[in-house]
Parts: sequence; structure tokens; C-alpha cells
Amino acid sequence: MKETTEPLIRFEKVTKTFGSKRILNELSFDVSKGETLVIMGPSGTGKSVTLRHAIGLMQPDSGRVVVAGHDMSTISRKDLAELRTKVGYLFQEGALINWMSVGDNVALPLRENTDFDEDEIRARVEQKLELVHLKDVWERMPSDISGGMRKRVGLARALITDPEIIFYDEPNAGLDPEISMSVNHLIRELADSLGITSIVITHLLSCVRVVADRVIMLEAGDIVVDTTPAEFIAANHPRVKQFLGEFAD
Amino acid sequence: MYTGEGNTAGERLMSFRESFVSVCVSVGHIVELFLQVVLRLPHVWKRRESTAAQLYGASVQVLHVVLLVGFFIGMVVSLQTGIELSGIGQQDQIGTIVTVSMAREMGPFITGIIIAATVGSAMAAEIGTMAVSEELAALEVLSVDRVSFLVVPRLVALAVMCPLLTVFCDAVGVIGGGFVAEAQLNVGLELYYDSAVSALQTPTEIFALPKDVYSGLFKSFVFGLIVACIACSAGLRASGGALGVGSATRQAVRDSIIWIIISNYFMTLFFYQS
Repeated sequence: MKETTEPLIRFEKVTKTFGSKRILNELSFDVSKGETLVIMGPSGTGKSVTLRHAIGLMQPDSGRVVVAGHDMSTISRKDLAELRTKVGYLFQEGALINWMSVGDNVALPLRENTDFDEDEIRARVEQKLELVHLKDVWERMPSDISGGMRKRVGLARALITDPEIIFYDEPNAGLDPEISMSVNHLIRELADSLGITSIVITHLLSCVRVVADRVIMLEAGDIVVDTTPAEFIAANHPRVKQFLGEFAD
Repeated sequence: MYTGEGNTAGERLMSFRESFVSVCVSVGHIVELFLQVVLRLPHVWKRRESTAAQLYGASVQVLHVVLLVGFFIGMVVSLQTGIELSGIGQQDQIGTIVTVSMAREMGPFITGIIIAATVGSAMAAEIGTMAVSEELAALEVLSVDRVSFLVVPRLVALAVMCPLLTVFCDAVGVIGGGFVAEAQLNVGLELYYDSAVSALQTPTEIFALPKDVYSGLFKSFVFGLIVACIACSAGLRASGGALGVGSATRQAVRDSIIWIIISNYFMTLFFYQS
């Protein structure tokens, strides 16, 4: 397990309600710099909502979310845009722009937010595509590639600005076991080689085994377990035992 | 029962209030979106490729519909008015009536409706699909300005193409009217042409355009803005999967047609009240 230092991401008693349903219930946790936190839990317990708060796509009803020293409730538009260049986000389905080619999708953040010339952009995009084990896919359209490839293209796009933080929303969902394991190793590799801080949402124990430095389990919008991967897999906690009985690999 | 009737009235009032608030929110979003686009108009050069693609989509893919409908509208106007005018021996005025009708009202209106039903619905569906498949969220996370990236090219394309398509619609409408005038109302093409041209020789001109023509082109320019703003706004606010996209598309077409008709009245008032 990585040695942890200062918290880079902090949730302080975050509450979020949709209609009459409370999704996050005074949720509090920290993620230290360089740490990979895995969030597990039954569907509908607020895992994706947690990530959306961390990236500023949602605002809490109460409490606060602090990312890299910025309070996400009060951050200015300019600072948020600046912060987002240091944060990558892998969506469940990749969320590639469907009318742009794979290469153009990955190049998009550079074309929009930097002054790099086309040669520089092309070189960087090809480097990131190689990093996620994709070659000769620049001209292909998102609709012409498999779900696993789309996810890896989404990861390349998340990495293109060399982020310090990456949020992964179910990186293994819909993938076959082989591709799923390669994505797991890729996440671990990125954390080890580039020192990236990550939060990973998953339902798979295989992902916990490979990528996690720490695991928390959410239920009804709050943490029921906060432990090491080994402890989590051992299922010493009765609720974890019950959960893994239903969702084990 | 009295209590029951009271509840029903209360529910109706609440429903009306919700509908009213919803319409206000919708109009507010559309106006805000338009102002955001105006502030980003200098981005057009940066978005030139995307704007060109939208221009293509709003022109080549719609032109044949505009030509066909415009031609038949001209024929209908010619036939309807021609039959009545023949009864009083005034059929030589058919060219004037068809030309003025097409330039002032029918050309811009028909083009606006066709654009709303074809291009506007497609815009709402495209952006709505992006909304429900998290592509808009991805753009936000990537710090890509959604208005500049998605709305500016579409709005510019329709603001340019709507008047251009109206010119084609007007032209084929007048031609269609001429065919009917000669074939079914015994008005020679030369006479029809002369009365059509004289109808456009009005004293007020801007950029050498007769008032009937430039007022019609201005209307279609506004219709283009209306359709683009409403369609993009509906798409950006879509939620709830395929049903949400369908709902956004329906709303875009419905609202576009309503606002085209309402704005048409006020623009006509502005140009022709005196």
C-alpha cells in the first residue's frame, strides 16, 4: 500500500437530496495525494453522485467538497476550468463525442485549452493512445469500436492533460474479464508510474485486488466500511460479507 | 361533493402555475442562451469547420424539400387567387399577388416551418442524445465551452441559411405560380412576369432590395435564430434517456412553430403597420 500524505480530496459532511430521497448523508472522507481509493457498494447508494461532486458537476445541499485546496461550492468559473485541466474523469460508457473520430476526441482538450500546434497535439494523442494499448485508431469513429476500446479511448482523453487526479466511474462495467483485468492493471500502472491520485467506483473484487490502496463501502449515502483491500476481501465485516456474497467476482 | 370539486380546482390551479413557471423557465433559458451566443460570436472563425458542417446540413439536405414545397405553394396561391380574379376580369394581377405573397409571407414562413421540422428537430435530437449519454457532462469536465462548441455553429448556420433558402423558396413559388397562371388561367407568361416584376418595384429599398423582399428575408433570419435557439436549448436540457430525447425534439418543433407564428405577426406589424 502507498504511503499517504496530505489530503488532496476532502468530503466534509456532504449531503445531497433528490426529491424526497437523500442520496448522500453527511458523507465524510479524505483521499491523500498519490492514493487510490476504491468505492464499493450496492447500486443507488450515491457512488457516482460522489464523483460528480468531486468534479464540480453537482453541488452539495450541505457540507463541502475540497479538491486540491479549492472548495467546489465557492470556486470561480476560471479556477474550476483551471482545476479541471488537472483532473481526469472516465465516464461509465466513455462519453466520447459520437461525431468526432477517436483521435479528435482525445485531442479535444488540447485543441480547446492549449496553444499547442497540430504536430504537438498529434504526438501527445498518439502517446496517450499507446499508453492505453491502442494503435492506428485515430480515424475510427466511436460507433465503430468495441466497448472496451471506447473505455480506453475515454481513459486516453482523461490522461491527455497529464492530470494529477483521475476519477473512474465503473471502469470495468460491460467489459469481458480479459479487457477488464487489463484496464485494472492500467489504472494501477498509472498510479505507480505517474503518482496519480484516484477514486475508482467498481463492483468487482478483481478491481479492488489490483488497484486499491484503500476501500470504502457506501450504503444509504454514508460510509459503512473504510478499510484496506486485504481486510475488505477477507470480508470480516458482516455487511461486507453480505455484500460480497451477492457481488463477488 | 364540494370538497372534491375544490380539490380539483386547486389541482388545476397548481397545474396551471407549474406550466406557467415551466414556460417562463424555458423562455428564460432560450434568451440566456441567445445572449451567450452573441457574446461568443467572435468564436465563429475558431468553429469554422463545425459551422461549415452545419451550413451543409441546413442547406443541401433541406433544399429539395424547400424547392418542392415552395413550388407547390406558389401553384396553390396562383390557383386560389386566379380563380377569384378571373371572375372579375383581373387575372393579369396574379403575378403581383403570387410574388408579393411569396416574398412577404409564404416564402419565409414555409422555409421557417421546414427548417424547424427538419433541421431544428435534428439539432434537438443530436444535442439531447449527447446530454443523456453524458457527452455534455464530458465536455464540461474537459473545460470545453458547450455554447461555443455546440450552439454557435448551429445558430450561425441557420441565421445564414434560412434567408438563403427563402430566396429559393420565393423564386420557385413565383415560377410555380406562373405555370398555373399560363396552363389553367390563360394568363401569358410575359404578362405574369411583368406584373411580378412591377410588384417588387416599391419605393423603399435597402441594399437595392425591394421592401417586400428585405422584410421577408429579415423575417426568415429571425426564424433561423428562433429555431436554432429553441432546438439547442431543448437539447441541452434533455434528460431521462430516449424518452427525454423524444420529448426534447417534440418540444423543439412545437415551440419553434409557435414562436415563428407569434414573431411573424409582430414583424409584419413593424414593417407594414403604416
